Amino acid sequence: MEFESMSAAQIRASIIKGEFTASDIAEYFLKQAKAENSRLNCIISFGDSYAARAAENISQKIAAGLAPGKLAGVPIVIKDNLITKDLRTTCASHILEDFIPPYNATVIESLLKQDAIIIGKANMDEFGMGSSNEHSYFGRVPNPIDPEYVPGGSSGGSACAVASGLAPLALGSDTGGSVRQPASFCGIVGLKPSYGAVSRYGLVAFGSSFDQIGPMARTVEDCAILFSVICKHDPRDSTSANYVRPDYLEALKGRKKFSIGIPREYMAEGIDGEVLKAVQDAIEKAEGQGHEITEISLPHTKQSIAAYYTIANSEASSNLSRFDGVRYGYRSTAIDDLAEMYIRTRSAGFGAEVKRRIMLGTYSLSTGYYDEYYLKAAKVREIIRDDFDKAFNEVDLIITPTSPTTAFKLGEKIDNPLGMYLSDIYTVSASLAGLPAISIPCGKDNKGLPIGLQIIGKMFREDEILNLAYNLEREIGYNLKQ
Amino acid sequence: MNEYEIIIGLEIHVQLQTETKIFCGCKNDYEAGPNTNSCPVCLGMPGALPVLNRKAVELACRFILAVGGEINTRSIFARKNYFYPDLPKGYQISQHERPLGKGGVIRIESGEGNSEIMLQGIHLEEDAGKSFHLADSSNIDFNRCGTPLLEIVTMPVIRSAQEAYLFLHRIRQIVQYLEISSGDMEKGALRCDANVSLRREGQHEYGIRTELKNMNSIRGVEKALSYEIERQISLLEQGGFVLQETRLWDESKGRTATMRTKEESPDYRYFPEPDLQPLELSGAWLEDIMQGLPELPHQKIDRFVREYQIPPYDAGVLTSTRQLADYFEETAGLCGKPKQASNWIMTEIMKIMKDAKTAPEELNIPPRNLAELINSIENGTISGKIAKDIVVEMAASGKTPGEIIGARGLEQITDKKVIEQAVEQVLSENAENLKRYFDGQQQLFGYFVGQVMMKTEGKANPHLVNKILKDKLNGR
Repeated sequence: MEFESMSAAQIRASIIKGEFTASDIAEYFLKQAKAENSRLNCIISFGDSYAARAAENISQKIAAGLAPGKLAGVPIVIKDNLITKDLRTTCASHILEDFIPPYNATVIESLLKQDAIIIGKANMDEFGMGSSNEHSYFGRVPNPIDPEYVPGGSSGGSACAVASGLAPLALGSDTGGSVRQPASFCGIVGLKPSYGAVSRYGLVAFGSSFDQIGPMARTVEDCAILFSVICKHDPRDSTSANYVRPDYLEALKGRKKFSIGIPREYMAEGIDGEVLKAVQDAIEKAEGQGHEITEISLPHTKQSIAAYYTIANSEASSNLSRFDGVRYGYRSTAIDDLAEMYIRTRSAGFGAEVKRRIMLGTYSLSTGYYDEYYLKAAKVREIIRDDFDKAFNEVDLIITPTSPTTAFKLGEKIDNPLGMYLSDIYTVSASLAGLPAISIPCGKDNKGLPIGLQIIGKMFREDEILNLAYNLEREIGYNLKQ
Repeated sequence: MNEYEIIIGLEIHVQLQTETKIFCGCKNDYEAGPNTNSCPVCLGMPGALPVLNRKAVELACRFILAVGGEINTRSIFARKNYFYPDLPKGYQISQHERPLGKGGVIRIESGEGNSEIMLQGIHLEEDAGKSFHLADSSNIDFNRCGTPLLEIVTMPVIRSAQEAYLFLHRIRQIVQYLEISSGDMEKGALRCDANVSLRREGQHEYGIRTELKNMNSIRGVEKALSYEIERQISLLEQGGFVLQETRLWDESKGRTATMRTKEESPDYRYFPEPDLQPLELSGAWLEDIMQGLPELPHQKIDRFVREYQIPPYDAGVLTSTRQLADYFEETAGLCGKPKQASNWIMTEIMKIMKDAKTAPEELNIPPRNLAELINSIENGTISGKIAKDIVVEMAASGKTPGEIIGARGLEQITDKKVIEQAVEQVLSENAENLKRYFDGQQQLFGYFVGQVMMKTEGKANPHLVNKILKDKLNGR
């Protein structure tokens, strides 16, 4: 059996049975990732010391007759905006090019506790800002299905790594679609949890009121395994929600009957015909499984892009202020005074897209514009929340396409920021409302590029999303390897 | 001069005495070695998040409730964005649109009577670090980052530099009474910026104001305001106008100078802090805090005047700290002579405390000893003069007045025969002076008294000495 086609559950089982050692797995995946990376460029830094330490821990546990963790020996790739102690964390930015953090993100601690093998830190759009992974100081990442196309973003490196078999699991982060859209473009599964489900402690902030760390995997089951490891209350994150988490693996079992809403605003203008067809086919299959399908309305969908980008960029403009060259990261040396240190450091340290968003956000928060932009967007956000509240009074889950198109070509939208922003149209609404949403593969277009289906659930009802996704995945029988 | 009305508003920052910082678990102690009390959160590391310290909220609420302010049971934190090297995140977590508290009144007493200073807003925020500039480098100590601060803003109702002085004094006293801060302005635990403007009497609109910063003592605030008021008056008198600007007080030169003009003032781009949930406080929790509030200085002053019949001035001195007020009350209660207790404390006891730099509760003289001393004078056991010597020894040794009086034989002599004897002796030894006395030098009476006191080692009851001496002289 080839390691790269094994699921997380299979890898763990094989180690416990003694078929392989954790070191075998760690070494194989590290070697393979390093070899593939010259082509894929999806890893920025490799996690050799992490992998070796985890492998050693697992061997000791097994030797001592102790049960290894839930992710024992399972290779995982971590988006490079998640803080890893002593392992370079760059956010794909020049300004953090050499940043070695002194602490671990809460999710990293959870992974280590469950004996995951960290293979490396994944490429991404700088600070999570982008939908194509083209805005990286460390270079572009190709779509693994066709290198002419983008892998999506901002978690493009994570999606590419999983789709290419460099690891069965990855962690991404999703602010307006950054887990779901690349999952869709690369033909894998990506879950954006409910806001507050997963601790943000150690996630380098982009849009703090949206950011969620999300699991990415080739199968819904693996996605659920990873989610169950990272989904917990964290007192270090004041926005982390304190509620009893269900067993997300149990949640996969059985075929629950759901009332599913299809928002008419999502299946209208702007959507690619092949994407529409694939999603409609999937909806039919869902109906065939006994779920009740109803058309619903999310009337303010059109306003979601403007509201999202206004609020997220406002938050980003403030969140990125800490990168000032004073305590860590890049600092320009050609400076005579304090103002120059800030200006030159930040001008050279940030890429064009990041600077664009800092400027937009700064503008939206400025005296005289705050009411017109930030405040208005915050009001629209409440209206969009209300739309979902009303919809979820009628239905349990909502199905939509993840993206209006399949992956676009490298360079196709790089000079058209607005066009790039508009490709997030189906993902930002759930982000505005803080709702959980998953993207699962539901077909391919005529170029062979994957099509993603999005399932949005009620707050903290990832269990329902996962159950439907698991059953649809089996029905659709989609397999990237085909 | 009289044609201008002075309008002053103060913005005060009080460092709250919590064990740990406001948003992380670091020790709230910035006098430790540079950067020893710091962590990813207060250093503004990427990915680090704030968690609100409930104790800081409690201390803030103590203040708000104590001054009669209103608590927003749902308040929100906001980011105040600006770049400065000692501000690690590039923003300060503060409160803006819905602060923790609003309103409240501080009463102050001056020679002209009492006045009430209304407060506008009271909110919580975090302190920044400290920059140190050496010859060839700039250094930052982040220990102070995250020290909880209470910001108190007054309405523009202060009418003189002196009133501002009294107000700050009272604020310091209140935070000490509430045990929420040391209130030490020299150490930065209490800081104050001032806004000042003038308007001609009868004019309705406010004049252009200037903001004054960099005052390091309560006296400094008063001096800076006095300087600035004079400066504005002379500007206006010369037909000029005041520029809206921020000015720095230079203590050594005794003047203010432009720091930045209105155009240069930063746009802080406040917006709700997304990393913190709105702060919700329950009525029961606030009620608990309310129950635990101590009596405030002005309430104590009023009560002392009423209950102990002492002058308002005495009451003001005795209530300068809670400990001193307690000391007075206990002493007065034990001896039953409040005015005497007040006199003794305001003179001898406060001098002893000042010389030894001790607080009332550390004093070697517990209230019961002072009460005993006062009673010993009142019942004639000792003279007031000897009592002043005894109290010094009490402070040094911790002994009771009784022990000292007994050991040194200091009981007052009230036996008429003994005093008569001493008087006779003095008069017979001073025939020359006696002659002069009868020749008209009446002032020699005092000399004779002194001689009698010397003969009796100061123990003779002065009242009796006077009386007996007078009788004897008249009898000759």
